[in-house]
Amino acid sequence: MAEIAPHVEARPSAPHAPHGHAESNWFIKYCWSTDHKIISLQYMFTGMCFAMVAGFMAYVFRMQIAYPGMNVPFFGHVSADAYNALITNHGSIMVFWVAMPVLLAGFGNLLIPLMCGCDDMVFPRINRLSYQLFLLSGLILVASWFVPGGGFGGAWTAYPPLSSTAKYNLTPMGSSMWVLAVAFEFVAFLLGGINFIVTAMNARAPGMKAFDVPLAVWMIVVASLLFMASVGPLIAGAVMLLFDQNLGTGFYNPARGGDPILWQHLFWFFGHPEVYVVLLPAMGIVAEIITVFSRKKMFSYRTVIYTVVATGVLSFFVWAHHQFIAGIDPRMANVFTVTTVIISIPVAEMCFLYIATLYGGSITFTTPMLWALAFLAEFLIGGVTGIYLGASGAAIFFHDTYFVVAHFHYTFYPIAIIGTLAGFTFWFPKMFGRMLNETLGKIHFWGSIIPFNFIFIPMFFLGLSGEHRRIYDYTNFPDLATPSMQALRITSTVALVVMLLFQFVFIANVIYSWLRGPKAEKNPWRSNTLEWTTESPPPHGNWTEMPTVYRGPYEQATPGRESDFWPQDEKD
Amino acid sequence: MSVKTIATQRASMNIPTGRLGVWWVLVSEIVIFGGVLVSYIMHRLGHVEWAEQAAYTNMWAGAFNTLVLLSSSLSAVLAHQAAERGDGPKAAKLLYLTILGGGIFLTVKTFEWGHEIAEGFTLQSGGFWSYYYTAAGLHAFHVMAGMAVMAWVASSARKNQELHRVENVGIYWHFVDIVWIFLFPLLYIAK
Repeated sequence: MAEIAPHVEARPSAPHAPHGHAESNWFIKYCWSTDHKIISLQYMFTGMCFAMVAGFMAYVFRMQIAYPGMNVPFFGHVSADAYNALITNHGSIMVFWVAMPVLLAGFGNLLIPLMCGCDDMVFPRINRLSYQLFLLSGLILVASWFVPGGGFGGAWTAYPPLSSTAKYNLTPMGSSMWVLAVAFEFVAFLLGGINFIVTAMNARAPGMKAFDVPLAVWMIVVASLLFMASVGPLIAGAVMLLFDQNLGTGFYNPARGGDPILWQHLFWFFGHPEVYVVLLPAMGIVAEIITVFSRKKMFSYRTVIYTVVATGVLSFFVWAHHQFIAGIDPRMANVFTVTTVIISIPVAEMCFLYIATLYGGSITFTTPMLWALAFLAEFLIGGVTGIYLGASGAAIFFHDTYFVVAHFHYTFYPIAIIGTLAGFTFWFPKMFGRMLNETLGKIHFWGSIIPFNFIFIPMFFLGLSGEHRRIYDYTNFPDLATPSMQALRITSTVALVVMLLFQFVFIANVIYSWLRGPKAEKNPWRSNTLEWTTESPPPHGNWTEMPTVYRGPYEQATPGRESDFWPQDEKD
Repeated sequence: MSVKTIATQRASMNIPTGRLGVWWVLVSEIVIFGGVLVSYIMHRLGHVEWAEQAAYTNMWAGAFNTLVLLSSSLSAVLAHQAAERGDGPKAAKLLYLTILGGGIFLTVKTFEWGHEIAEGFTLQSGGFWSYYYTAAGLHAFHVMAGMAVMAWVASSARKNQELHRVENVGIYWHFVDIVWIFLFPLLYIAK
């Protein structure tokens, strides 16, 4: 401690006054702020705008699949190049510019300081820089759609030689800008991730031990660690790809001593942990919600943390299950099949612990709780279908079919959409100081969940009948253009349109509730964690008097207590 | 931004926040360089003929640069020592000396690369050369970034402000050294 002392500056005298620094105008307050809550809003808002764009892209290419050659309303004729670019950018945006910013950066920024009981992130200006770099990356991506040749269309995994050779991808500028945008985005999240980890490690409220930290924070921190430890090789790989595209190197060109499989290794060494990078924050959010709305302690809080860590470690040893047909050694395929099947154990255990938390609880079906339960149910389908794809024998058969598409949408949709909406509806009162409308919330919930299943269940069947993923117009392939298959495609496209239309209910609900909703109290859900002990919304600096922590986050229904919850900062 | 956040001043782990931050930066850097180096090693093992290309690198220039870079780390350590004693101006001087070391390193590198390019060995001359320029270039970029940050830290240390940053930038500089210790044998000695 003596070593630290010289670095600690005199603290402002207690009680801590909210930072009265110049928030003179609109721009400084919302676009140049170092306040973690504003930065979280920036991330969420940007992410949700991108979600709308990528949702629109999905609508356009699904219309082309269901009704080949039609003039899509609000878009027009979809050319083959446009189709490729739309699919590629839909995937890239949903993973890198929606799931990551909203779940990891948005909720991480919002929750870590509030749940750990500190006034801001430990490096507020680096935090601001992180968002600015992220915004820049997004702008580069958007700009790439308007350069000569159009946006990159070589799939979101960007395998060379398609991605590295302009002769093949026909988008000389678009593909370089895509790589550049992704690389910037990674740097932005590295800066954010360092902030998250150091804040949770070092800036916890007095009395808060490691096992008093709420699961949402634990999981966001483990996710940041996974990201940090896995993204480096891909940053290096992205630089090498940029060089291949623009400087004439041959890193991925076998004719010049390179190897296209190298990219696949670098990509998936990141890409598989990435699944858990976005899964874990969603799992954490769901943990907070189900404990509150079933009024029970988290079933085996510590085991959840151990399974999270086990998942994180194992996630580094499964990447080659994406490459079973890429020409890897079959003995390697066996190893990766085993590790892939092993990783389903801790994830399944986590799901069981959540279900055990629900068991015997007094459950209230509020909107956030419905989303949280839907997350568990839908993610389970995604997880179980993953076993088929993790086994090399079956994966060779399913490779590049719509079975794979349906599988990863059954994992990513629960993560990126259901998990996000669970968290957003749960913390909305804290973020905006108003309650969301429950009726509209439930209409939106059912209007999203039912069509979601109608979009992707047909894809499982299509995939089983051999429907290949990357085809612009199935009428060119008589085996794949049978009336029954086309009927399934139309079903899923119609369901998509219905689901997208129901999102307007959500937007209306947010705008209406933000302006007119009933005022939220400090702790509307009677939760224990620290963010509910301050005002809604919290002032800059979060607390007028910084909280002290006396117990763990899930002390619901403690025998012998009059109240059924026990906030972490209450002395007794 | 005169008001410091309370969060920055807390130390639940008994490690100053800045130092902890730097360590995590290094973790993310290790995997970046790890990606390049592992890719290079795997390909080098698979391509015996790359040894012929590697034979053209100038080992003595590399060895001299190793010496310069390692010596510059010594002045970074001495700067940290001075900062611990609270002697900001001396720490700043030693940091400038470290920056000079980085400058010599980059100058030697410039001549070395200029010579190699003049002989016709460019980024496009083959697998080895692609990795050679990419890995060493990425490293040189980190040297430049380290020098810039060090100049910034020195400018406040000179006024006895933010002395804890002297240690943090030193940790980063040692990392840049260690990366070079991996690069030097892999790119220059292995022939």
